[in-house]
Amino acid sequence: MDIVVCIKQVPETTEVKIDPQTKTLVREGIPGIVNPFDMYAIEEGLRLKERYGGKVKVLTMGPPQAEDALREALAMGADEAVLLSDKALAGSDTLATSYALSMAVRKLGYDLVICGKQAVDGDTAQVGPEMAEHLGVPFVAWVRKVEEVSDGKIKVQRLMDDGYEVLEMPLPALITVVKEINEPRLPSLRGKMRARKAQIPVWTVEDIGADPSRVGLEGSPTQVVRVFTPERRAGGEILQGEPEEVADKLVEKLEAMGVI
Amino acid sequence: MARIKVIEEKCTGCGACVDACPFGAIRVEEMAVIDEEKCTLCGACVEACPLGALKLEEVVRTGMDTSKYRGVWVFAEQRHGKVSGVAYELLNVGRRLADDLGEKLTAVVFGPIGEDAVRELIYRGADRVLWADDERLAQFHDDTYAGVLAEMAQAERPEIILCGATSIGRSFFPKAAAKLGTGLTADCTGLEIDKERRLLVQTRPAFGGNIMATILTPDHRPQMATVRHKVMKEAPRQEGREGEVVKWSPRPENLASRTTLVEFVEEVEETVNLADADIIVSGGRGLGGPENFALIRELAMLLGGAVGASRAAVDAGWIPYSHQVGQTGRTVSPKLYIACGISGAIQHLVGMQSSDVIVAINKDPEAPIFKVATFGIVGDLFEVVPALIERLKRRKG
Amino acid sequence: MPNYFLTEEQMMIRDLARQIAEEKVKPVRAELDEKEEFPWEIVRILAQADLFRVWVPEEYGGLGGGTLELCLATEELSRACAGVAVTYAGSALGGTPILLFGNEEQKEKYLPPLASGEKLAAFALTEPDAGSDAAAISTTAEKVEGGYVLNGTKQWITNGGEAEIYVVIAMTDKTKGARGASAFIVEKGWEGFGFGKKERKMGIRASATRELIFQDCFVPKENLLGREGMGFIVAMRTFDRTRPGIGAQSVGIAQGALDEALAYAHQRHQFGRPISSFQAIQHMLADMATQIEAARALVYYAARLIDSGEKDISKISAMAKLFASDVAMRVTTDAVQIFGGYGYMREYPVEKMMRDAKITQIYEGTNQIMRNIIAGELIKELASRR
Repeated sequence: MDIVVCIKQVPETTEVKIDPQTKTLVREGIPGIVNPFDMYAIEEGLRLKERYGGKVKVLTMGPPQAEDALREALAMGADEAVLLSDKALAGSDTLATSYALSMAVRKLGYDLVICGKQAVDGDTAQVGPEMAEHLGVPFVAWVRKVEEVSDGKIKVQRLMDDGYEVLEMPLPALITVVKEINEPRLPSLRGKMRARKAQIPVWTVEDIGADPSRVGLEGSPTQVVRVFTPERRAGGEILQGEPEEVADKLVEKLEAMGVI
Repeated sequence: MARIKVIEEKCTGCGACVDACPFGAIRVEEMAVIDEEKCTLCGACVEACPLGALKLEEVVRTGMDTSKYRGVWVFAEQRHGKVSGVAYELLNVGRRLADDLGEKLTAVVFGPIGEDAVRELIYRGADRVLWADDERLAQFHDDTYAGVLAEMAQAERPEIILCGATSIGRSFFPKAAAKLGTGLTADCTGLEIDKERRLLVQTRPAFGGNIMATILTPDHRPQMATVRHKVMKEAPRQEGREGEVVKWSPRPENLASRTTLVEFVEEVEETVNLADADIIVSGGRGLGGPENFALIRELAMLLGGAVGASRAAVDAGWIPYSHQVGQTGRTVSPKLYIACGISGAIQHLVGMQSSDVIVAINKDPEAPIFKVATFGIVGDLFEVVPALIERLKRRKG
Repeated sequence: MPNYFLTEEQMMIRDLARQIAEEKVKPVRAELDEKEEFPWEIVRILAQADLFRVWVPEEYGGLGGGTLELCLATEELSRACAGVAVTYAGSALGGTPILLFGNEEQKEKYLPPLASGEKLAAFALTEPDAGSDAAAISTTAEKVEGGYVLNGTKQWITNGGEAEIYVVIAMTDKTKGARGASAFIVEKGWEGFGFGKKERKMGIRASATRELIFQDCFVPKENLLGREGMGFIVAMRTFDRTRPGIGAQSVGIAQGALDEALAYAHQRHQFGRPISSFQAIQHMLADMATQIEAARALVYYAARLIDSGEKDISKISAMAKLFASDVAMRVTTDAVQIFGGYGYMREYPVEKMMRDAKITQIYEGTNQIMRNIIAGELIKELASRR
């Protein structure tokens, strides 16, 4: 089974802090990491390969330094890696990104595409489902277990808010996985050595045969017009009043902040 | 190709843009220099430049004839035949948007949910319900849901479609957007109308909530967005409110799903893993005894969170070690941490102080926990916590 | 931290060991210590990461590194938990005599499973009445048809009971004293080979330390390591190579304690300011860091000298172990002091580090024996110059 795992390099967001004076992101020394949810996708790809044979190919779209993310996947045991990198892709929103990735996936060849459920920088969870549409294959999001692959079909468990659903679909297909699915392995030394030496091909928009008008800023229907720091209350606000009153105030504030 | 242009005559190299760039793509060498490898064209620098020296060079977009699209739609999600609360939240915000545009608000609903439930959508603000009352849409499948929604939108051309950012919405809505070849903004926390341009102004958090982004879909229709659950209030109910119900018969190819449901297994959440929990409610010595953890559990359950504990409570044998937060227990960083009756010894603080929002409830105003708390409540937890539970129960309805 | 001119591969080993230490060992170290639980899960992770391969030649499934590579991994693991580190290094200690003295068949049979981490090894010399005086061992190996029969008890054997492969020193000819000892490879599960109770220790409590009990245990002659009478040479040459490993373990423990003390001193406020702003604390931290760096330099130098093929390594090896272990004891004691009352509590990791440090001054030859070795070598050198 040929498995393509799509990954993204993201800043290590747990280290992203707001400078209290300038109210901007402090990003000095923030390393690029493989999007944590994609680690589960890589691991699941490797496990399926171990169960059913085949190859695991990892794909990422990003600037040249995104190659590091691919090497990490190779160190874990992926067989091949491809970097989709082209200045023409800058500014791509999820629709343009999913289109470009789907063209690269087609070129790679696949029976199953695995994506992490979302990237922790954008948090959109849209690229996976949109890719499925571009590829014209069935898909299931929020997969927490792959039960089995047989007779050209894949049976998976989809995590829902109230439990899980067992679903079956024919291959080729696409799934996005949640963290409950597995525990990603660490790289091995032999894997790291192999990854260090690996030649990673870089594909351009032309290489994947994509329509230039459908990628980059031009191909993106959505447009980010403003980025700003949310208003944050300084710590240590003491809520006062009778228990019912403070309960009301607290719930209101927590709702306004979107934490509950 | 699109890029950020530095207008040389205006730039003084002040560095305001360097601080504003979330991607570290700008450095100052006398003037601002953009690293195009890193630049994502987000426009934060353009906004930040006090001198107007940065400009996002316009690009020619291949858009659609947007004037042909009218009206606001909300997708009213149902699960096992029951319309979910997020639908009413969407009706509330959708109503406001429709009024601002002077357009009708349509609720789209799939599956045999019954006339009463459909009428309820009208009571909650819909002018019109577009109802695909088909057994084959009772169970959620991406193929059918995306297919039927896209089919409806192609035929009726709404200018806005909103959907809840739920497990179902975040799965099929992107697929529908891709089918329609339009933009989709995920997990919005704010939606407004730019009346001048008739545009939906979508605001959403990114980078784990560290920054907010405002997003437009200027040249494509419909403008699609998923909306975070529980951010908007539910629409008020107006019994007897009138509206039109339009039954929709989907095309057969859109009723065929390539995924088939083998079984559904209901799982009531019991214990959430502390490290993974978005919300943690913790109890400490102030609880006074193991029986009082029931309060903490109730609050945690209401919030869909996990139960934590301080070392003091664990050492006293009130709750198993697996719940311990702190140096010797788990280190956690949930979105919300509620500390009840925990004084906040260093050993506890190091394990939880990176939480996004910290609420502390403690009798002692001098307790160190208040120094790290976003919100502090000085009071008896046996009064405050039950009041909070009451309030949350009412909120859940 | 200085990079010590490490190669890219050596840095890779260090970084991966550090990642495992941080992500997998640290979260469970307190529990492993408390429950005195053998870290099988961690052993599996180390195996999967290829870390057991670092000291084994490539032809036996290893990565072809040497003492320095083993030291780098041991140091990083010790930084998080010395109990886990000694389990890891203990397997290398058991495998080293096979690497040094084994014949081709023995190496082909025993090294690959050690390299893959599928099996652990242990080295058994100490007995109840033979510690520093190793020549006093009383375990016997009586020659019989086709092999030897072992009788006796080994004490305080690291990885005892958990390891599959044991190198055991026993007397084949008691009349010859030290020259009457021989080394054998014995496998777990062989008839007549059993284990005593698991020891309850002060520190390194995640590691397993047990008695080995031999009661008419038959060992085939193919499992004699080297020749009869070479037992002590096998032991001494092995220790010469592995003592820098104890040094690395010591450096790791000390570094871990310094990391904790530094972070705490920065965070802990007294008299309205962080205690790291007090000179009394600053000077302690400075001395700790300086001693650690000196110990690390000596350990790495010793390891490199060994890897260069130098034969005369007893003295430098003993020096590395002696100096680094004394540093570990001092630094961990100071770390507890900086933590004050909190340092004495089990909630904080430094008291464990202090307990763990103590053993490094004792095992693989006490530091008193190290000084004997060093002095003996000095006098030998003087004599040879005359």
